[in-house]
Amino acid sequence: MSQTDTAAQASDAAHDDHHGPTTKQYVQIFAVLFVLTGLEVAASFIDVGRVFVPLLIGLMALKFVLVVGWFMHLRFDTKLYSRLMYTGLTGALVLYTVVLLVFSDAVLA
Amino acid sequence: MSAQAHETTLGLDHRKLAMWVFLGSEFLFFGAFISTFLLYFRRTNGGPGVELFDIGFTSVSSFILLMSSLTMVLAHHAHSQRDLRRFRIWLLATAFLGTIFLGGQAYEFTVFAKEGLTLTSSAMSSAFFVLTGLHGAHVAIGIILLLSTWTLSRTGKIKADQDVKTEMVGLYWHFVDIVWVLIFTVVYLIPYDLVVFGG
Repeated sequence: MSQTDTAAQASDAAHDDHHGPTTKQYVQIFAVLFVLTGLEVAASFIDVGRVFVPLLIGLMALKFVLVVGWFMHLRFDTKLYSRLMYTGLTGALVLYTVVLLVFSDAVLA
Repeated sequence: MSAQAHETTLGLDHRKLAMWVFLGSEFLFFGAFISTFLLYFRRTNGGPGVELFDIGFTSVSSFILLMSSLTMVLAHHAHSQRDLRRFRIWLLATAFLGTIFLGGQAYEFTVFAKEGLTLTSSAMSSAFFVLTGLHGAHVAIGIILLLSTWTLSRTGKIKADQDVKTEMVGLYWHFVDIVWVLIFTVVYLIPYDLVVFGG
């Protein structure tokens, strides 16, 4: 067997691994996303006090993880893709948190 | 060698690797505009601001975009199982839901413009329209990709064993969805609550 055939088979095998979830599981994930979005909207119209912002950030993060993990298959793919995605995300979070901290006083004054 | 195999020295499909690098960089792109909005959302120049947001309407738009992510993943799932008929149906459903989302955004922009919230009316409005407009442009590109994939499939240019191509389009579409997950919370819900209800 040639090296390229072996590589192709390895690729196919890896590719099969990507399709772990079933249709039912995808629908269940969507249902959870639907409920989480409903909770976000509900929290906006009822007084939940000081936990409002942390609660919404938490719900948003949960939705984010569910979409990238299940719909974008990061749970089932090689970890390298996760690292690439989270490197970009972490870079953006750090960079723009610094920007917000530095400029928020000047802008909101 | 299979027509599917496009490995890098890492043993991974280079198209998929490139797509993830691109999506990683897109976080920095959208992060810049989200941060700008957060800095300026109270700077309305005496005009209307986030109190104009119709949270109910935007919530429905969010549900529609979330639903389009489900139809997209079902399209990819069908393609990976070599079921081209279902694959094409789900693909069209995704494009249809994306178009409804864009229509909703156009309606929202029109309502805001009638109320005096335009691209140039304040720092807040500029930040808002540039951010949501760029997201809308990404959705529009996604719809073009979906319809192109459907057409290529119909003409036999995308075959039953080439579901990696659908996966690429899917990754892009889901990314557009997760950016909206961020925008919906950080741009709509939190600023609206802080301004209208005083946080």
